[in-house]
Amino acid sequence: MSIRNAIARQAEAELPNECCGYLAGTRSGGEVAVAKIFPMTNMDRSSEHFSFSPKEQFAATKSARADGLELVASYHSHPETPARMSEEDIRLAYDTSILYLIHSVTESSLKAFAIDISRTVSEAHLVITD
Amino acid sequence: MTFTINGKTDSVDARQLSVVELLTLKDVEMPDMVSVQLNGDILDKSAFDSTFVADGDEVEFLYFMGGGTR
Repeated sequence: MSIRNAIARQAEAELPNECCGYLAGTRSGGEVAVAKIFPMTNMDRSSEHFSFSPKEQFAATKSARADGLELVASYHSHPETPARMSEEDIRLAYDTSILYLIHSVTESSLKAFAIDISRTVSEAHLVITD
Repeated sequence: MTFTINGKTDSVDARQLSVVELLTLKDVEMPDMVSVQLNGDILDKSAFDSTFVADGDEVEFLYFMGGGTR
């Protein structure tokens, strides 16, 4: 199953709650290539909020590293809203080194965003190599 | 002392280095919003300034990940 389909499937399976996870891959010449998905537990168990478990986060980063990959993006779903970063998504996007993917269940769309230290969001291009 | 941080070997010329000092040294943006694992144990944030890195330690740090629809 492709990573895009895996995210969509996870989002459907965890309705009505938001699903979430990490993507691991490689960076080269300003481009990010995704190779592996790490679904995470949404600790908030909410249709409007998500948060990762630190224990699962550390397990994912070490597993990715063992495969020669690094965490390059996080993803989460919006069960009923568009694939765009909400005010809360922007406010809580502390790690500016990764991309933020949002899957809209209602729109069946997946978009990637970059955010910088000034909280400026821009849509990003992502290559998924699976 | 020499240690690994996020899988990479690093060293500092210091006899004592707290986790808070390490995060500052590594220019971690928003250090209040990271989780730290020291030798496999996730540290309580309240212990960052009283926990010290030792030679040979393995340190991992990751940012809090969360968000919402609104």
